[in-house]
Amino acid sequence: MLTALIAIPAVGALLVALLPKGRDALAKQVALGVTLVVAVLSIVMAVQFDPNGKRFQFTEKYWWIKQFGVHYAVGVDGVALVLILLSTILVPLVVLASWNDADRSGGVDAPPKRSVKTYFALLLALEAMMVGVFAATDVFLFYVFFEAMLIPVYFIIGSYGGPQRSYAAVKFLLYSLFGGLLMLAAVIGLYVVSANAGHGTFLFDELRAPEILHHISPTTAKWLFLGFFIAFAIKAPLVPFHTWLPDAAGQAPAGAAVLIVGVLDKVGTFGMLRFCLELFPGASKWFTPVVLTLSVIGIVYGAVLAIGQVDIKRLIAYTSVSHFGFITLGIFAMTSSGQSGATLYMVNHGFSTGALFLLAGFMISRRGSARIDAYGGVQKVAPLLAGTFLVAGLSGLSLPGLSSFVSEFMVLVGTFSRYKVPAVIATVGIILAAIYILWMYQRTMNGPTAEAVKGMKDLSKRELIVVAPIIAIIVALGFYPKPVLDAINPSVKQTLIQVHQQDPKPTVAEKGSHQ
Amino acid sequence: MSTVYMAAGDIPTPHIEYGRLAPVLIVLGAACVGVLVEALAPRAQRYGLQVLVSVVGLVAAFAWTIALGIGDQPHHVAAMGAVGVDGPTLFIQGTILVLALMSMLLIAERTNGDSPFTAQASTVPGSPEERESLVAGLVQTEIYPLVLFAVGGMLIFPAANDLLTMFVALEVMSLPLYLLCGLARRRRLLSQEAAVKYFLLGAFSSAFFLYGTALLYGFAGSVRLSDIAAAISKQGGTEPLLLAGVALLSVGLLFKMGAAPFQAWKPDVYQGAPTALTALMASCTLVAAVGGVLRVFYVGLETLRWDWRPMMWAVAILTMLVGAIVAITQTDVKRMLAYSSIAHGGFLLTGVIATNKAGLSSTLFYLAAYGFTTVGAFAVITMVRDAGGEAGHLSRWAGLGKRQPLVAGTFAFFLLAFAGIPLTSGFTGKFAVFQAAMAGGAMPLVIVGVVSSAIAAFFYVRVIVLMFFSEPLADGPSVAFSPTTAAAVAVGAFVTLVLGVIPGPALHLAQSAANQLFVR
Repeated sequence: MLTALIAIPAVGALLVALLPKGRDALAKQVALGVTLVVAVLSIVMAVQFDPNGKRFQFTEKYWWIKQFGVHYAVGVDGVALVLILLSTILVPLVVLASWNDADRSGGVDAPPKRSVKTYFALLLALEAMMVGVFAATDVFLFYVFFEAMLIPVYFIIGSYGGPQRSYAAVKFLLYSLFGGLLMLAAVIGLYVVSANAGHGTFLFDELRAPEILHHISPTTAKWLFLGFFIAFAIKAPLVPFHTWLPDAAGQAPAGAAVLIVGVLDKVGTFGMLRFCLELFPGASKWFTPVVLTLSVIGIVYGAVLAIGQVDIKRLIAYTSVSHFGFITLGIFAMTSSGQSGATLYMVNHGFSTGALFLLAGFMISRRGSARIDAYGGVQKVAPLLAGTFLVAGLSGLSLPGLSSFVSEFMVLVGTFSRYKVPAVIATVGIILAAIYILWMYQRTMNGPTAEAVKGMKDLSKRELIVVAPIIAIIVALGFYPKPVLDAINPSVKQTLIQVHQQDPKPTVAEKGSHQ
Repeated sequence: MSTVYMAAGDIPTPHIEYGRLAPVLIVLGAACVGVLVEALAPRAQRYGLQVLVSVVGLVAAFAWTIALGIGDQPHHVAAMGAVGVDGPTLFIQGTILVLALMSMLLIAERTNGDSPFTAQASTVPGSPEERESLVAGLVQTEIYPLVLFAVGGMLIFPAANDLLTMFVALEVMSLPLYLLCGLARRRRLLSQEAAVKYFLLGAFSSAFFLYGTALLYGFAGSVRLSDIAAAISKQGGTEPLLLAGVALLSVGLLFKMGAAPFQAWKPDVYQGAPTALTALMASCTLVAAVGGVLRVFYVGLETLRWDWRPMMWAVAILTMLVGAIVAITQTDVKRMLAYSSIAHGGFLLTGVIATNKAGLSSTLFYLAAYGFTTVGAFAVITMVRDAGGEAGHLSRWAGLGKRQPLVAGTFAFFLLAFAGIPLTSGFTGKFAVFQAAMAGGAMPLVIVGVVSSAIAAFFYVRVIVLMFFSEPLADGPSVAFSPTTAAAVAVGAFVTLVLGVIPGPALHLAQSAANQLFVR
């Protein structure tokens, strides 16, 4: 099942790439068809997933490189499942949203005409790797997907991005590659440790077993933890490793920005939860104060920077830096509601930021400028665009009733029960979020209609089809997050057992309980 | 008369195992046939005959190597112990032969009847004689036997079990290369400069090698590697003669593989030499040189490893960093690949230092993987041409991806393999040597390796940026298509991909080769 989810888009990518020149329309249709099939399959898988069953389901395991002890091993737990769903649902929407992005020509900053089919082939290749990276249960395989994923993104940003695309693409690639190579050293180190313990392996299940865990000396564990953590912190991105994100997301075409911020960055937080915590429980606890501090700094710093941005896409990217602070805060608070909330946050953030990027992209493609001050009064000429933008924005600032609220609340409660000060400071982030979202909305959508905006068309049917499902999901998860939480909770429980952490007894009467 | 017979009786006739030495003999024999062809065949037929002789010779030698490898457990000494025939050696020799065959495709390349080599090496660049020989349509075909002689030397070098044989092999391999370097058709001054530099520095390093051999002979009373190893374990390893000998010998060996601080020749020579020959040097010579390093350090000096390891650590670290950092500032694509090759030499040394079976097998695998990628990359370089020959300056490559997506895409793929991105052979190789080094306790080396990979990635990526994300030049270079070059590129790309995605069989081959270890 999982192999099919990886193979179908991979084959689709080849197919699209091999289509004869000039069949652009066909390339788009094939890409859309493939991604829809994958989306349906993944939903089928999600329905079959039994939250109370074994932790890893749909597992497959074959030797890949026997000489290195490497397996092709895939499987999903609840966390991986919801993230795969997030990716497979977002990709067809992104395909639809970027229908005309690659063949846009004209305009001052517009890039010259580029190969349309390559764009969609790269998107499909990226989808295959995104599914693979969440599904891999072999650390080596995870690393392979983790690194290989960079290449399609690099080409998407570099060939189809904004005016500074090549700078952004190189910065993105070098940051990620550097982190990845540190992780490579740690992956090898992990194998050597396991080999010294008697059984060299890369399988996640075997590496987290006590025999091997107890064999790692605390010092080694700290080094290996750092190797993994820095790679994930760059990916996530956590302050101070975040500077590539605004460039990458700001320059990437809107569709790709959705995937970079919505899905790719989740690989970082997913990796922290899955690999850092479970493989190095001791080291994780030792580093917790550092991570919490960085998270809190990220929340406030990202939000403050977001307020000061003049470019819409960069602004959204900085809000993500702030949101990722919340996610890492929740993960390293090491409480069940903190980690469940963080996981739910990953999903919610993917959808709400995805919607923001897509809508911003639609707007920018109409006006040809990403600057906030180039707009004004859009609401009057394009009410649908403005309305959906507002909903997505409000979800971003965690308005109750929209999805992000639930997760942000859980993270804060989970953190507060163990670490009071960080939780209190993090709350400031919510206030700042209201400022950056509403102020941006006010400057672009409200007020007198700017001259250049007058002729702006409202959302087309295609764009509406893209946005409607995301808005529906945002609202649905805001009111009824239970199905997602049901899938996540058992996995999170396993993680907490692995790090020997129990939820602290509530010191204050628990308010509100879980939604 | 009888005294003569008596004398002959005193010196026993050396026993030569022709069967086990056949690959070397075939290549050298083919080279001699090539010389005869040059002397006897009419000018018009020489090119065809030479290519035929070379290809047949290399293929036959390769087939024989395979037969030796699968025939019985090869763990023999041949020619009175002067040459070892064992798993690692056969693996190295097989690799050299295949890579030589691939390079031969480039050397034999002729677009519109133009060979990449000069018509008459003796003419002064730009002189009327040169123009005359061009007009007369003279074509150099001595290059084929010369290449075969060089390949023959490369085959003996890693197989030599005593230092004198090794020295002779070194010279047999180097002398034709010195000459060939100066034969480029275009930019002949640069090419001749490269040849002179290579010759002078090479001769210098040969002297080091010979001096080291002499000192080791003084220490052990023999030039045989196994005797040196025995003497080391008997007498302990602190003799000044021994240490000085090892140091001088290492200089000679490390020079050949271009490890820092003996790397200075590489960029000049790689840039000046005809690109087809650069491909041969960057792949086959490197394989042979590392093979020689492996044999000397794993057989002769294995018992001394606590003494040479710190030195080799320093060399490996320096090599990786120098290669990666200096490459950043390069503007010529061949020079850039030369520095990249230096950095890769550092990664190879990381595997050598592990001095265990994993180190040996991973180094072997790395050599093969790197060799194929390198020949492929240089093959692409020969295809991208300006009016004045190959487009060497990187700025000329701008926007190539838009005009020639296939060629630029393949080159980008090779660059990603050099950078060690997963699903390419470069990653598998890097992973293998780093894993071996880590298991051997060389954690700091691995970290330096990882950091220099990150630095190196920068300049590989820069070329990709240039090719794909920059606007094409109005008068940009064109791509000269020739079937032989295209075949070399295709083979290189195919192997790079296969060794990245399903490296199992090749790794298994390297491991079973390494399991037999070098014969003493």
